[in-house]
Amino acid sequence: MRHGKYPLLAAFLLPPLALYGYFVLSPYAQSFLIATTNWQGLSSKYDFVGLDNFKRLFKDEYVWNALLNNLWLLVLLPLLTIVLGLFLATMLNVGGRGGRGAVTGVRGSSIYKIIYFAPQMLSVSIVGVLWMEVYNPRGGLLNGALRAVGLDGLAQVWLGDPKYAFWAVLAVMIWANVGFYVVLFGAAMQSVPRDIYEAAALDGASRTTTLVKITVPLLWDTIQVAWVYLAIIALDGFALIHVMTRGGPNFSTDVVGLRLYTEAFGDYKWGYASAIGVVMFFVTLSVTVLSLRLTRRERIEHS
Amino acid sequence: MTAVVTPPREVHKVTPPEEKPGLSGRRLFDGTLNVFSHAFLLLWGLLTAVPLLWVIVSSFKDDNEILNDPWGLPGALRFENFARAWTHAHIGQYFVNTTIVLLGSLTLTMLLGATAAYALARYRFVGSRLVYFVFVGGMMFPVVLAFVPLFKIVGGVGLRDSLPGLMLIYAAYSLPFTVFFLTAFFRTLPDAVAEAAYIDGCGPFRTFFRVMLPMAKPGLISVGIFNFLFHWNQYLLPVVLITSDEKQVLAQGLASLAISEGYRGDYSRLFAGLTLAMLPVLVVYTVFQRQVQAGLTAGQMK
Repeated sequence: MRHGKYPLLAAFLLPPLALYGYFVLSPYAQSFLIATTNWQGLSSKYDFVGLDNFKRLFKDEYVWNALLNNLWLLVLLPLLTIVLGLFLATMLNVGGRGGRGAVTGVRGSSIYKIIYFAPQMLSVSIVGVLWMEVYNPRGGLLNGALRAVGLDGLAQVWLGDPKYAFWAVLAVMIWANVGFYVVLFGAAMQSVPRDIYEAAALDGASRTTTLVKITVPLLWDTIQVAWVYLAIIALDGFALIHVMTRGGPNFSTDVVGLRLYTEAFGDYKWGYASAIGVVMFFVTLSVTVLSLRLTRRERIEHS
Repeated sequence: MTAVVTPPREVHKVTPPEEKPGLSGRRLFDGTLNVFSHAFLLLWGLLTAVPLLWVIVSSFKDDNEILNDPWGLPGALRFENFARAWTHAHIGQYFVNTTIVLLGSLTLTMLLGATAAYALARYRFVGSRLVYFVFVGGMMFPVVLAFVPLFKIVGGVGLRDSLPGLMLIYAAYSLPFTVFFLTAFFRTLPDAVAEAAYIDGCGPFRTFFRVMLPMAKPGLISVGIFNFLFHWNQYLLPVVLITSDEKQVLAQGLASLAISEGYRGDYSRLFAGLTLAMLPVLVVYTVFQRQVQAGLTAGQMK
């Protein structure tokens, strides 16, 4: 019945496809091709070198160091963020027990939610600059607090010391992300029937038991989504680290994305940088597929 | 802190559990746990809020106060810090740039995203599934992978270091998620309305703009909020594509300001700039927090 659907299809699909193809698809496709060349950005001449870039990459200790940092982030960021997020969301949504077995949120839970979520609004660069100042060895909030309570000995050059820089950056990532997952988990908890929590409370289950035995299984789908998202953030991390440390000191916060950027726009090794990008793509893809596989469980229906 | 107390939900009347003698130990344990967890909620609240408030308070200080008394209050309200950040540190220029780019990129994203999603959701044609997967597949790639070729391509068409170039590129990189989200949304709209419009003599284009688009408003708002923040806060793409100082966007300009102020020691200007960049988003957020939270979390639940 739809006469003349082709004018509409052409008008509606061709402009977005053209824009998307030109600026998104074609760069992604080209990067796979450039990865097999020895192109040095500034010259227009290059040769195909096959898999040479990849062979070199496997012997490049800077790449391994960066990859290792990404893997540490991959383990720590999702784990810590989800545990913290689940804990805070539980407290906010089902933490209060107004006597009589009633299960509600704690007092002031909406104001907590507003505050926790606020960092999500800020750009990576605001978050990065803000924390650079918090960590500032001289006028920073953190050292200021330590000195104020007499712990002068604990004051550090947080971002300038290879021992602490990685952990300092990890803390910022958790700080910036937790609020989002508190709200996400909170929304999922609201869809769990109250009766289940009330029954658990009446049966005398402690909060910890309720969290582990009831909330986590019922929220498994959401937790899985959270895991995948945080894994992707952990494997990237470029923007925040570019703002805060540029990978330093002594490469202690270097990540693969930053390696690519440095090779590409610092040394103009475009072929080699693209090879790093290709490896990064396959690592991200396999981690995503793997974490979806490993965390698959029977879905629990509760409606 | 004034706490907004949510009224307790109406719950089923439950008879209070009988006191069992063996339970008192647990009750005591729950009591301490209660105090502990409230303290923890408060602690995390402070950990989140204090750095933000600290930046705002510090933006009124002078350099000496900032460096030597991080927890102190400013001796005077130095509004001139903001003026210096706005003009001398070019925060004003960055604001204007970001706004210009956002206006163009958001309009373009919503228009192209909505039309593409509508065509994919409501029409069957050869290759429609393929086109859909080509769009959505873009979400699988890390953006840094595109850096090198994108730099070259954008330079090739003379759009490097240009704000209109940024508009196009933001829109292009927003399409995968926008198309994905809106296609799902358009599929949920009832067919009957479109049929009725057709029978009433409404052409396909009019049906889209006058009937279907207004019906998709909730979905458009969700994905619009998402894209607004994505474009306003964008850092990756401008870092690669914008080189000259006067074309920088806010997120990028702030990061380079932080580095240069670190050398110059002009911290008050940096804090004032940070506050200027932070406050508008936070104010809009506190006003619309319910919609923003719902929009963003709905956007992430695939």
